[in-house]
Amino acid sequence: MSNFTLDRRSALKAGGTLLAAAATMSADQLLGYAKAWAQASPWKPEAGAKINLLRWKHFVDSEDAAFMKIVDAFQKATGVVMNVTNESYEDVQPKASVAANIGQGLDIVWGLYSLPFLFPTKVTDMTDVADYLGKKAGGWSKAGQAYGKLDGKWIGVPVAVTGALVNYRVAAMEKAGHKEFPKDLAGFADLVKGLNKNGTPAGMALGHASGDANSWLHWALWAHGGNMIDANNKVVVNSPETAKALEYVKGLYDNFIPGTASWNDSSNNKAFLAGQLHLTVNGISIYIKAKTENPQIAADMNHAHLPLGVDGKARELNLGFPILVFNFTKFPQACKAFTAFMLDPAQFNPWVEASQGYLSPFLLDFTKNPIWTADPKNTPFRDVGETSLTPAGVAQMSENAAALITDFVLVDMFANYCTGREDVKTAMASAERSTKRIFR
Amino acid sequence: MTTLQTSVPVRQASVDTPSLWSRLKVNRNFVALWFMLPAGAFLILFLAYPLGLGIWMSFTDERIGRAGIFVGLENYEWLWDDSIFWLSVFNTILYTVVASTIKFAIGLYLALLLNRNLPFKALIRSIVLIPFIVPTVLSAIAFWWIYDAQFSIISWSLMKLGLIEHNIDFLGETNMARGSVIFANIWRGVPFVAITLLAGLQTVSPSLYEAATLDGASNWQRFRYITYPLLTPIIAVVMTFSVLFTFTDFQLIWALTRGGPVNATHLMATLSYQRGIISGRLGEGAAIATAMIPFLLAAIGISWFGMQRRKWQQGSSND
Repeated sequence: MSNFTLDRRSALKAGGTLLAAAATMSADQLLGYAKAWAQASPWKPEAGAKINLLRWKHFVDSEDAAFMKIVDAFQKATGVVMNVTNESYEDVQPKASVAANIGQGLDIVWGLYSLPFLFPTKVTDMTDVADYLGKKAGGWSKAGQAYGKLDGKWIGVPVAVTGALVNYRVAAMEKAGHKEFPKDLAGFADLVKGLNKNGTPAGMALGHASGDANSWLHWALWAHGGNMIDANNKVVVNSPETAKALEYVKGLYDNFIPGTASWNDSSNNKAFLAGQLHLTVNGISIYIKAKTENPQIAADMNHAHLPLGVDGKARELNLGFPILVFNFTKFPQACKAFTAFMLDPAQFNPWVEASQGYLSPFLLDFTKNPIWTADPKNTPFRDVGETSLTPAGVAQMSENAAALITDFVLVDMFANYCTGREDVKTAMASAERSTKRIFR
Repeated sequence: MTTLQTSVPVRQASVDTPSLWSRLKVNRNFVALWFMLPAGAFLILFLAYPLGLGIWMSFTDERIGRAGIFVGLENYEWLWDDSIFWLSVFNTILYTVVASTIKFAIGLYLALLLNRNLPFKALIRSIVLIPFIVPTVLSAIAFWWIYDAQFSIISWSLMKLGLIEHNIDFLGETNMARGSVIFANIWRGVPFVAITLLAGLQTVSPSLYEAATLDGASNWQRFRYITYPLLTPIIAVVMTFSVLFTFTDFQLIWALTRGGPVNATHLMATLSYQRGIISGRLGEGAAIATAMIPFLLAAIGISWFGMQRRKWQQGSSND
């Protein structure tokens, strides 16, 4: 690939082989590629287009740098002016909601979970972009489709997903009597108990932490066969299965490090990196930070999927990151072009690499990226885009399901029981009522 | 308003009655109307209209991004048997009563102290104001670190001193969390009460104290029969504002606990935000916000009518 020239024709001819080179492109080459891409793209940005983009604030610095490189190349190649703002996890959604309600301020939002489903009437149909990307990069995973489609229409493009998987300290696990990470619920509970006994406790958030609390508690409910709503959106949370899940989580909680009921999304990262926490559920961000700041912890930690459910099936809730374009934007073509450009293999592969495993793909070709196998500790995060469910569980993702997760109904149910504020029956009844209030 | 009228129209049987316009031109009420218009428009546009809109919204099922239809009292019916809503009402009342009472007590004490002749009086007075000057969110984040479950400076110090064995779970345990947020609110609110009461104290004429001293009044008697009665109007104003600020507090809770653990610190304001903006149910959020109005009116009513209309304030006996 040394004679790689960057006029439009060769760029198009080069096709797939070009991708391998993309990772090592210099800024000039990237710009050349971007120009060629823009000419061939089906979306022609409007003249003088200005886009306001809001995204979640990065947890991995190199990921953000790679993202800004994509933005920069897109701006230079198309003349579109882009204004990127960052907000923390919790603040992206309120800002997007306000923009959706007043119909101005933002053009593109890259947010969490089910953001486009909160206001499906305010977003641009992205079906053409999703189909284009699906053809180009090996098709969408099942979870990707569930996160993007409403009634057969793509209301957002699921950019990536962050795995909410178990982060654990290897030595502490072995000391607690487990040679390998347990794959079943009983083994997992035993491990958490053993860790506590040895003074190397586990801890998972039970506070209003959008990512950290929702992910593992949804798993706990699903693993025991419970559901908030069934496939027809009927409220079914008040069930013997839910009761079992509550008991199970209470058993874990009693062996947690104190204070998890007040944890937010950054609490477990801090405690794990300080060496006080020995098992938690989180993205790969702890590991990435440990590699540079605390190599000892990085060497002694590993990742694993949460245990299988009672029926032997894997069900996890990982953090999908959908991007949406508002339908009141004056520059829909520019927004679509940018969305397609950022997920284009030549952009996305280096970006995935820069994110060091934080961003897992929904587009199947990207699971072949060497980052997933170069370090075996990254491998569990490779397939979360395939195995993940949406917050709706067995039901279709919907506006109501999106409201349900943002109102922390499920998290509160578990926290109410674990902290002893309510008994099993009352906790389930309150959650049932809250769910019915939303699904009325 | 009619008493202001200077040009009384003269009844005349003749035909040359002045035209309506010429009469209006000299009518002072008519002119006054125009002078009041900007202020009136401002109040209607920025206060009355949003309030009215909020109340109207609470009777609809409006969601973010789509207009609602009128649903009558449905939102309120759902709230009526919603345990989280009633918990937030309880929390709000507890938060307001406890925090306001303590803020008043400490504020009054500080004001009396600062009213004396102390060395470096001006400096001390400005230091007292610091908690009020720091932006709420900044102080909330500072408290968040102070209360952190793993890295609290208080827990750390006490552990190093050997007084406790485990970290204190400030925000993870229900009553502890309530106490912690109330403490943070008090810390923030005391300067406002103290400085305003100090201003009130300085308007009390020293001659009254001199006269009382000559009559042999004790310290307590001077406070009870001179300072306190003369301070009541100021107390009424300060406490009204203090109660209103505390009742509608949002930032501190949101930055510290987001209503957790298990909704133990959810106030009506934070619950309204969570349901209205975060979950996108504007109608429901508006209903919770509207439900705050009766409480606020009651609070204003108590301090206004209870404290300002006491007879002894006008010098007669207290009956």
